[in-house]
Amino acid sequence: MWDDLQLLLVWAPVVNIQLILEGVFIGAIFALSAYGLALVWGVMNIKNLAQGDFVILGGYLAFAMNMYNIPLLIILPIIMIIMFVYGWVIYLLMIKRILDQDMFVSLLATFGLSLVMQQVINLFFGPEVQTIDMQLPVFEAFDSMVTVPSSKLLALGLAGIIAFCVVLFMKRSRMGQSIRATAQDPRAARVLGINTDRVYAFTFAFNSALCGAAGVLVSIIFVIQPFYGITYSMGSFAIVTAAGLGNLPGVIVSAFGIGLFTKYCGFFESALEYAAPVGVLLSVLMWRQITMRRNRQVVR
Amino acid sequence: MKHSTIKTMVAGAAIAASLAFSGSALAKVEGDTIILGSAISLTGKYATNGLHTQRGYDYAVKVINEKGGVNVGGKSYKLAVKYYDDESTPARGAQLAERLIQQDGVEYMLGPYSSGLTKAIAPVSEKFGVPMVEAEGASRSLFTQGYRYLFGVLSTTDLYLPAAIEMAAASTDDPTKLRVAVAFEGDPFTADIRIGVLEKLAEYGMQVIVDDQLPADLSDMSTTLTKVKALKPDMLIVSGHSKGAATAVRQLDEMKVNVPIVALTHCEAAKVQEKFPKTATGLLCPTQWVETLSKSDKYFGTAAQWNEGFKADYGEFYPTEVPYQSAQASAAVIVFKEAFEAANSFDKDKVRDAISAVEMETFYGNIKFSEAGNNIAKPMFMRQIQADGSYKLVEKFGDMIFPRNIDY
Repeated sequence: MWDDLQLLLVWAPVVNIQLILEGVFIGAIFALSAYGLALVWGVMNIKNLAQGDFVILGGYLAFAMNMYNIPLLIILPIIMIIMFVYGWVIYLLMIKRILDQDMFVSLLATFGLSLVMQQVINLFFGPEVQTIDMQLPVFEAFDSMVTVPSSKLLALGLAGIIAFCVVLFMKRSRMGQSIRATAQDPRAARVLGINTDRVYAFTFAFNSALCGAAGVLVSIIFVIQPFYGITYSMGSFAIVTAAGLGNLPGVIVSAFGIGLFTKYCGFFESALEYAAPVGVLLSVLMWRQITMRRNRQVVR
Repeated sequence: MKHSTIKTMVAGAAIAASLAFSGSALAKVEGDTIILGSAISLTGKYATNGLHTQRGYDYAVKVINEKGGVNVGGKSYKLAVKYYDDESTPARGAQLAERLIQQDGVEYMLGPYSSGLTKAIAPVSEKFGVPMVEAEGASRSLFTQGYRYLFGVLSTTDLYLPAAIEMAAASTDDPTKLRVAVAFEGDPFTADIRIGVLEKLAEYGMQVIVDDQLPADLSDMSTTLTKVKALKPDMLIVSGHSKGAATAVRQLDEMKVNVPIVALTHCEAAKVQEKFPKTATGLLCPTQWVETLSKSDKYFGTAAQWNEGFKADYGEFYPTEVPYQSAQASAAVIVFKEAFEAANSFDKDKVRDAISAVEMETFYGNIKFSEAGNNIAKPMFMRQIQADGSYKLVEKFGDMIFPRNIDY
């Protein structure tokens, strides 16, 4: 670890630039899937343990379509539509039935969904690691010490556009406003004439579409495997918890923060890179517990 | 009346169950067929390699049966394999091994795919004294447990990469000046490979400047490669199954990493030469077997002939390279054939002793088991990927392209 610290200091800022860039790229992917999770959690109180598997499914669909040489800019919206429909179907078949159940039911049900999705992806695509190599150029600086693949820049740009559209949709559209109203108070929303059942279905499907988009981006910048969903599930949970439930802009900030944190952890100890989100999750929960206890008022 | 009806039903069920068990207890040799048992990964994360293994077993059984089968006590017997799908789960594998032995009466086992599954199944076959010849569990630690009924035809993990280190040592007058970066996954199989590598590096006095442990769900190793780029080692060694190979090669390309010698495991399984043809050039990849090997036996002929025969049967699945997993699976079946005939008996202890005494040349390489049960007669082979995507056998430093310098 001491050697790594020296390396970080001696080669700074070059090594730091590379790490920050990598952190930003992974943060952009995390942001998409975490945003969807925050919506589902906040609006429907469903803790979706299959979140990462939705991401991987999107990645595999992109991989399958890429084999027919369909351009990425066409693949992305098509997959978002497919995943939207898939999410709606899953809502009708399963999520609708567990909406009023307690937390453990939603955890168990979505964990089961996660296992089924993993095995179905495995059945159709096999367990091999897959990736989409877009053969795009790589930009380099500082005598090749810093390299930025255009595929990652493209993914970052697309993630940014999608995130902007989502924020706009949530603020301006009728459905976006309905989702926010339902999140605040479903009973009041129902009284005001909002079809909350439809809002729930839309929210889950919308989350699924966002995960699909994240999956497409994952498949062009990293590798995918049927059992990799857990990484994105853990990352999303850590981000949403760190941001605070209902804090949708905070999700984006938190995603980039955790992206950077994981990269720096990985630099000192690569095995920690994937454990870092769990560490953040535990730290935030402990911090909340401590602050809540401090602020708790007791009648003596 | 009611009571007696229940009693009759219970008694009937008990008789039916006992008949079923007594019938299956004879299942090790049914008529003129010797039944070998195997719990193998036909679904789950090891399904691809599980299928390679199953095809290797089936091909060997077919060829041996066509050539007269197994001769025991002056009578010819056919071979057959009873499979169960272990779903790539160790607990399920152990459960199915017990079922094969206890319910189906199998007394001779062929191994599953992977060291993890073999580790789960070996205690079961050991407990019942059932000889198991395995072809896909390379972990060295499998052969340090004192198992008496476990035999492996493949080279163990500690031998996977030392050949690459020997070639690196031959590239310079002073190997102690060589600086090496290593990155290994933390699972037991890869940890065993790491031990072999670190021992060899220490033997030559080479400096380990990066020693990273990669996570199981590896899809990004940019932090390790950032260090590699900054420190410019003379050699980079990566091992983390096919996901490690695919991730490493993809990111070597994206991060434009040029190291004179890059060695990594599972190149073929990850199909790196197909997915990343330019970056894969010059990579050193260990393999258990090559079809150009100058070894042969009386069943399959030469390694090339086994390769041709296998492709004739399963070519649709293997348009380019046949995986070595299938070849070693066939070799495991030959061991049983030789052992049955040498023992001239179906007694499992006699068969076990005959297996331990097997010493022969096969298309897969020589086979001779140590006291511990691992094959000590076959080395690992090192191949280098060429610019046209082909694999070239490199036996010494002079055979290889050095330094690997890709114009990204």
